[in-house]
Amino acid sequence: MGLAVQFNQVVKEYGDLQALKGVSFDVEEGAFFGLLGPNGAGKSTLINAMSGLVVPTSGSIKVQSYDVIDGYRETRRMLGLVPQELIADPFFSIKELLELQSGYFGMKGSEQNRWIGELLERLALSDKADANTNQLSGGMKRRALIAMALVHKPKVLVLDEPTAGVDVDLRRTLWDFTKELHQQGHTIILTTHYLEEAEALCDRVAIMQKGQIKALDNTQQLLSKHPYRYLRVNVSNPNAKLTESLAERLVEKEPNGLVFQIDKNSSLTETLGLMEKSGLDVTDVSSRDATLEEVFLDLTSEGEA
Amino acid sequence: MFNFTGFMALFIKEVRRFYSVAVQTVFAPVVSTLLYLLVFGQVLDAQIETYSGLTYSQFLIPGLVMMAILQNAFSNTSSSLIQSKMHGNLTFVLLSPISPFELYMAFVAASIVRGVAVGLGILIIGIIWFDLSWSNPLWIILFAVLSAAMMGGLGMLAGIVSEKYDHLAAFQNFIIMPLTFLSGVFYSIHGLPEIWQNVSHFNPFFYMVDGFRYGFFQQSDVSVYLSLGVTTIFVVLVSAINLILLNKGVKIRQ
Repeated sequence: MGLAVQFNQVVKEYGDLQALKGVSFDVEEGAFFGLLGPNGAGKSTLINAMSGLVVPTSGSIKVQSYDVIDGYRETRRMLGLVPQELIADPFFSIKELLELQSGYFGMKGSEQNRWIGELLERLALSDKADANTNQLSGGMKRRALIAMALVHKPKVLVLDEPTAGVDVDLRRTLWDFTKELHQQGHTIILTTHYLEEAEALCDRVAIMQKGQIKALDNTQQLLSKHPYRYLRVNVSNPNAKLTESLAERLVEKEPNGLVFQIDKNSSLTETLGLMEKSGLDVTDVSSRDATLEEVFLDLTSEGEA
Repeated sequence: MFNFTGFMALFIKEVRRFYSVAVQTVFAPVVSTLLYLLVFGQVLDAQIETYSGLTYSQFLIPGLVMMAILQNAFSNTSSSLIQSKMHGNLTFVLLSPISPFELYMAFVAASIVRGVAVGLGILIIGIIWFDLSWSNPLWIILFAVLSAAMMGGLGMLAGIVSEKYDHLAAFQNFIIMPLTFLSGVFYSIHGLPEIWQNVSHFNPFFYMVDGFRYGFFQQSDVSVYLSLGVTTIFVVLVSAINLILLNKGVKIRQ
């Protein structure tokens, strides 16, 4: 497998603000790649730099081995971006916009019209094909943007927060659709705030913070490398006073239970002993590995005041 | 290599954009310009002498046509670009493999179409009602196209640098309008005091109006070749500035 995207020491400065601080990593062809991070981490800046919407201050980005500055015609043909904002054009219908967008990429004719029809059908937009984009609901605008990104049949599809603000049904539909595209051989790059989404879809993730990569690994390895596991205990007296060392491990308090973060290598008996010492009346115990959300929070809270 | 299909798609989009609101973008400017002709022509026909053998209304029509071409070519690119920036749909073009040169050419070509469409509307009425004739249609076409291209380029520049509608309005009201009204649309500069004649020579719009008028009457305030030279230089200059900004992505690609 070759490389779909290569970021090499990418820096973006806005005056004194450094939005990207020398970001370097690769995305392999055919990957389903998740780019995670809190607001302002630099995810969208990085994606926009890859798509040509932002000019990096220094460093280089290659898409399918073409440089995004020198070989922009090639890279833009290979990339499809679904932007975060629900943009529309008040002068045109979805179908007209798709035809115009095809034209920008030098694509026209009956085969292209068939592809536009197929996209409209697949994204359940056929009955709104002639509606002005301003008249569409948020969910329809999101689907129209996906159609726009796919109209030139790109190899790499970049989705910037595609499920932000959409209902559960549409989120499921978009998940299924992106999975299908991935199975067809597309490289997918996804930024999302929904970490369960990244965990369910992405085979590899990068976690960004303050313009830098904090972690980059296969999703399962990232989870297994996490030093803690989580112990959930059901108790009849959740307000009992805990010993100091047990209180340090408490991460969540629920109406009928407590969740403790414990070192993977530590003895479970020791923790249960501390519970007994604290007078907790334990009725049930379950243990699990960390979720991506917990890994994410752990990594992004490091060094925070 | 020139992406001709891409250029044509963007050009057609820009033409369809103004055509979809033609009442506002074509018919309204025709009517408002004809009001100038009606008011000034009726009031001043007998009082102002311009070129020999012409009524003031006949003298006025080419100037008004050129004024409409200039203003509408400017409006087309500037309003399209700022609207696209505000609505965010410029992103669709920026994500495509269209080059800065192709983008510029498509926007300017559409602005020429709109400017000439409005100018033609006024001209047809002028010919029918005021017995206007023309001596050299090639000069007329040449100045109409070059001037519209220059103003389309200037509109592009205004659209690039403007961050909100207010900036664009300032550009339009404090630069374009005064230069247009003081370009000899309503008078021959030979009727002005010498100092104002000299000042007029620094206004590029004056050469566009004067050269365009030459195509109708074979009479002009300055040599038609000088007008052609100045107009061409400004087309090249404005285009060069635009292409530098577009290539660097100034205020377009953040």
